[in-house]
Amino acid sequence: MKLTKTLLATTALTLASGTAFADSHMASDMTLVSWGGAYQNSQQKAYVEPYLEMNPGVTAVWDESSAEAVAKLRAMNEAGSITWDVVDVVAADAIRLCDEGLALEIDPDEDLAAAPDGTSASDDFGDLLVSDCFIPQIVYSTTFGYRTDLVGDTPPTEVCAVFDTETYPGKRSLEKRPINNMEWALLCDGVAKDDVYDVLATDEGQQQALDKLATIKDDVIWWSAGADTPQLLADGEVIMGSTYNGRLFAAIEEQDQPIGMLWDAQVFDLDGWIIPAGLSPEREARARDFIKFATDTQRLADQAKYISYGPARASSAPLVGQHADLGIDMAPHMPTDPDNAANTFLYNYEFWADYRDDIDAKFQAWLAQ
Amino acid sequence: MAEVMQAADGTPLKRSLARALRRQKLRALALIAPLLLFVLITFIVPIASMLFRSVENDIVANTLPYTVEALADWDATGTDLPPEQVYEAMFYDMFLASEAKRHTRLGTRLNYETTGMSSLFRQSGRNMDDIADLSYEPLEDLDDAWDDGETWYALFNTRGVSDATLLNDQRTRVARLSGTAADAEINFAPDAEVSALLPLAAREYTAWAVFVATQNNRDPAERDPWESVAPALVTDLQRADLSGYVGPAADMLRAAQQADLPVPDFAQEFGAMDEDWASLEPWQTIQTHSGTYTSGYFLNAIDAQKTPEGVAWQPEEKQILLTLFGRTIWMSLLITFSCIALGYPIAWLLANLPMRQANVLLILVLLPFWTSLLVRTSAWKVMLQQQGVINDVLVWIGLVADDGRLIMINNQFGTIVAMTHILLPFMILPMYSVMQTIPPSYLRAAKSLGATNWTAFWRVYFPQSVPGIGAGSILVFILSIGYYITPEIVGGTKGVFISNRIAFHISSSLNWGLAAALGTILLAAVLVLYWAYDKIVGIDNVKLG
Repeated sequence: MKLTKTLLATTALTLASGTAFADSHMASDMTLVSWGGAYQNSQQKAYVEPYLEMNPGVTAVWDESSAEAVAKLRAMNEAGSITWDVVDVVAADAIRLCDEGLALEIDPDEDLAAAPDGTSASDDFGDLLVSDCFIPQIVYSTTFGYRTDLVGDTPPTEVCAVFDTETYPGKRSLEKRPINNMEWALLCDGVAKDDVYDVLATDEGQQQALDKLATIKDDVIWWSAGADTPQLLADGEVIMGSTYNGRLFAAIEEQDQPIGMLWDAQVFDLDGWIIPAGLSPEREARARDFIKFATDTQRLADQAKYISYGPARASSAPLVGQHADLGIDMAPHMPTDPDNAANTFLYNYEFWADYRDDIDAKFQAWLAQ
Repeated sequence: MAEVMQAADGTPLKRSLARALRRQKLRALALIAPLLLFVLITFIVPIASMLFRSVENDIVANTLPYTVEALADWDATGTDLPPEQVYEAMFYDMFLASEAKRHTRLGTRLNYETTGMSSLFRQSGRNMDDIADLSYEPLEDLDDAWDDGETWYALFNTRGVSDATLLNDQRTRVARLSGTAADAEINFAPDAEVSALLPLAAREYTAWAVFVATQNNRDPAERDPWESVAPALVTDLQRADLSGYVGPAADMLRAAQQADLPVPDFAQEFGAMDEDWASLEPWQTIQTHSGTYTSGYFLNAIDAQKTPEGVAWQPEEKQILLTLFGRTIWMSLLITFSCIALGYPIAWLLANLPMRQANVLLILVLLPFWTSLLVRTSAWKVMLQQQGVINDVLVWIGLVADDGRLIMINNQFGTIVAMTHILLPFMILPMYSVMQTIPPSYLRAAKSLGATNWTAFWRVYFPQSVPGIGAGSILVFILSIGYYITPEIVGGTKGVFISNRIAFHISSSLNWGLAAALGTILLAAVLVLYWAYDKIVGIDNVKLG
């Protein structure tokens, strides 16, 4: 009898404390999915912590599964039980999730906050809204870093130095997939920037890119994790290599490695949120509420304090300040900074959605030869 | 005459015994039932359902049912485009699919076969409204009432005799398209008279009504239908005989018929939307892959493909999977043999050293077992890379020049070294447990009878240790054939296995059908090797302890 009473009382108390603060029509806990590491940390600091502070009674749990988000969401959908509320994915994955009906469509002007000056969200994000389901957070780029002490007196200034093994002998690291590498190969084989994807759409163009890559094939270490290139550079295994600009920033500024950035022909890509389709109304309401807060102008600008990725809103750029720990100005380290963005390349989502499987098969067969 | 033996209670002994045995068996079954169920539910069923994907292909027929039907008679090997009714069927299929947001899924599926299908479907889905408007707008201009959902509802809803077959067909169509049940109660049933008079429009209106009622929980009586009913109605009006019709909207129908509204030229509209639709390739792809079950994934898994002309090899520059299968088996064998070569002496030492030393050695063998796989693999990276420990030592003692450092990682050598190290305990432990049971006196006896050390080992000791080698080899080989993470990290381009491709198709390209086919082939290869081993060596000769 006594036990029952205690149990009942505890249950009642737990229930009361759980719902006392949170809105009754919104779920009180969220599962956020991200990439782990420094990037997830920047999200935690810049908007998850402030959001939880504003909404007492709400809890957030991280799941570091973004790399397999599409496959896992598809499996969850088939099993009929979605356990994630908000998922951080790259734009190409968002497009696929949207295509498969696994992500919720978003109306930017209705679901997202307007800029402080009143500019609508759709204008503020502009071209970066590449899918109906995708809410961009950051612009990152895949670019090259080189060992300042191993390249001699003439450090490379343009991307084709990667293919110039005479001036810059030594190993290079490139990602073990065709995306970006094929584009760079064509650019350095004399194809004009505007024609790259037209050329790459033909069998001859694909062969041309592979032939160009073949000129350095023996000098390449192929990476599959973003941390590989910084490690290879730090160990002196390679003299230059491609990776995400934030990884290079960490190696240069936080770990003081003798590495220089080669921003030339950096390839812009986007990372952002999607809300999975098929959530209960309460959880969906919570997810929408969080997204609206987490992608407003100030929050996106705040994120740049912790990581060198550019905010996806135009209105956030002027608000980018200094690194939270190092105290250095972050603006010059952003891929979108005018000095860094003198020559950039925009990832063509539509092209790769069509050609990924085809070119990847060719690329892997070429690698195995 | 033999008397039947009886138990104490008078039943025949034979039956009594059988009953007791049966009870015992049932009890045994009940005891293992939890494990059996656990294995069945968490292991066998998911694997079977995953493997089933390698032949499953109902998405094409579920998404484009009328197109597949209309395409059946088309000769894909010829040079003629499909006839107009195929384009017409495609329009109605695609319209519904894009409303259900299923067309992009099919595009993804067909893009595995033909590059470009993904964006073709995604973009075409957006343009279906425009084609429908070609009929919808003239209809609306003719009479505003066509813009009103009530007109349509009154026209098609039953006035006594309903067309149950049509309703059921459309329920099935929507259910198969959306993958969820579509049998909820609907405030609508197609009228038999109208569905005979205007078959296409009735079909499309019913499909819409079923969709909004079962998928969106809306009342069709209160909603406006999709624009696709307009081209359907206009098409029907071209051949409908309205003279006897007195039902709702009779005058409007007659007016529309007299106005001779245009039916969209679907073939032309599709061609204008994307020139690919005016080429043979997408139609060939759809027809070739329209079966509910397909051998296509298995063909893809062995570098072949289905074409309208039959099975053909993939273009040479895309052939990779057979190479990878061969490499996986070849390198796994190599790894197994290096494990035997390295493990045998250690197991022998373990079995023959005094207890104290043997225990210390055993802990050394087990220690790597307790260390994370990733840590061990990354440690090999530090050891083997060009600026790594081994190369540094070799340069320091002058064996290799500084600019001639050995390449020992990101190739097959790296994979073999790292995997041999990781799998070694799986070889040593079964060998050790078998060797422990070999009495040392046998060797002594052989020697006392005049055998040399070598003869005593080779003729007496080794044959007795073979079951341990067999068990260890099977373990190591089967484990290494499915290894993924180590080849990924240290394998570079030439040291990766087929499992790395499976992982790519599961998590990256999302081609689960191909991944399942690859997995099934791998499983079959292991079973065949196991069978061959049983035939040659005999599975009774395998001992794990």
